[in-house]
Amino acid sequence: MPEETLLKVSHIDAFHGSFQALWDVSLSVKPGEIIAIIGANGSGKSTLLDAISGLVHPAKGHIEFEGKDISPLEPFQIVDLGISQVPEGRRVFPDLSVLENLIIGSYNRKARSERAQNLHRVYQLFPVLRIRKAQLAKTLSGGEQQMVAIGRGLMSNPKLMLLDEMSLGLAPILVNELYRVLREIRERGITILFVEQNVRRSLTEAERAYIMETGRVVLSGKVAELREEEKVKKAYFGA
Amino acid sequence: MTFLADLSMPIVMGILLGGLYAVIALGLSLIFGVVKEINIAHGDLVILGSYFGYVAMTIIGIDPILSLLIGMPLLFGIGFAIQKYLLNRAFKISMDATLIIAFGISIILQNTYQLIWTPFPRGLTTSYSLKSFSAGPIRLPLVYLLNFIVAIVVMLFLREFLRRTYLGKAIRAAAQDRKAAHLMGINTDRVYAFTFAIATALAAIAGVFLGLTFPFTPISGMPFLIIALGVVVLGGLGSIAGTFVGGIAFGLAQTLGGHFFGVAAQMLVAYTMVLVVLAVIPRGIFGR
Repeated sequence: MPEETLLKVSHIDAFHGSFQALWDVSLSVKPGEIIAIIGANGSGKSTLLDAISGLVHPAKGHIEFEGKDISPLEPFQIVDLGISQVPEGRRVFPDLSVLENLIIGSYNRKARSERAQNLHRVYQLFPVLRIRKAQLAKTLSGGEQQMVAIGRGLMSNPKLMLLDEMSLGLAPILVNELYRVLREIRERGITILFVEQNVRRSLTEAERAYIMETGRVVLSGKVAELREEEKVKKAYFGA
Repeated sequence: MTFLADLSMPIVMGILLGGLYAVIALGLSLIFGVVKEINIAHGDLVILGSYFGYVAMTIIGIDPILSLLIGMPLLFGIGFAIQKYLLNRAFKISMDATLIIAFGISIILQNTYQLIWTPFPRGLTTSYSLKSFSAGPIRLPLVYLLNFIVAIVVMLFLREFLRRTYLGKAIRAAAQDRKAAHLMGINTDRVYAFTFAIATALAAIAGVFLGLTFPFTPISGMPFLIIALGVVVLGGLGSIAGTFVGGIAFGLAQTLGGHFFGVAAQMLVAYTMVLVVLAVIPRGIFGR
């Protein structure tokens, strides 16, 4: 029985100007999975997410979502289809209130009709945001801003959520909390693809992982298998 | 005592004149704050508003302020088209390209005005545009007061629009972080077209009140663009309140400069002040 695929990235190359950031990258995600992309700075992880989100158009190859080629689409069309990205560095709108940030997350028409319901869910996941809803986003702590960024990403009713370096610069206790919420989001049926520099963390939270180096996927598989790979042990655990 | 009485005239005059400058600069400030384009054609679009008022008054015979009911939607449409079909495309090449295209639009507009309305100065002379009012010891043209009231009303409207409406929130979001706005599903091209359209509709208002206050010619857009640039720089780029304060500061510098150094030096004084402010607080009075 063929298994259905939610997202399928096939052999893409992508450039930043004349610099090639992705080389023949392929990846596939099934509905309900939680998948990590691991790699050092500059390995092309963020570019891969940006290519899926339509911010960077691949020069070669295809990206399919639910069987539809999305590589020529614009970012707003891709959000409409059900992919949302929580970008690196949180990128909340600093001079908008928390509530306004969340509302902007439901900009596409489909999500607008379910806004009240989604807002309620976000407040359930992050009760502190309800308390802070009238505050400007720039006045929040880094952790709270990350909650706004994740909440904002949920407001568009995504089927697939891309998270870029969610834990960067946050205290470990907060990171634990965010990953707990991530598991909860997944239990609600949202597929998750996350980028993380912390290898140990990735290999605990994800089911499968892709390891990237200088714009290429060098290893991929179930995390249990990857943990046993000699290369991974040497490179990331110093064993 | 007489010294103070002498001074009250240029001060009141400067503040009121600043209201008109703020209305003229508002569209420029909005486009700069959101799209990050310097719309060199803004002054000429303001003058388009003036000529529209002129046509409405002389040919159709309606009051120029009333004619804004048609003039604003018309210029809104023109602005939307300019951003959608010209600037959004240029934007993808480089910011310089938008500057050059806006410059091209400016030249085309000026020459079109020459062809249609000749270089002869026109004005919007109505029953009320020549009236004056007294405030204590001084008498001032009524239009100046009108300009100032219009400035406040327009700013409040724009502020509430940006705060309360969904499009307004999207405009602010796109201004604050373009990439994040993309990721939220905002079609930024469309948001920019609406922003430019709103700015051009504001230019229609500015044009009519400018025409009620001063005579204008096909090339009047340029000096008013330069004033507007000064106002925006003074107030802080992209801030509505800043544009208002910048307008008043510019108006005051001009009238007080004229009072102390003679009319010939008034613009020199105003621009010198812009330079000094730029040197001391480069972000402007309300700049972030």
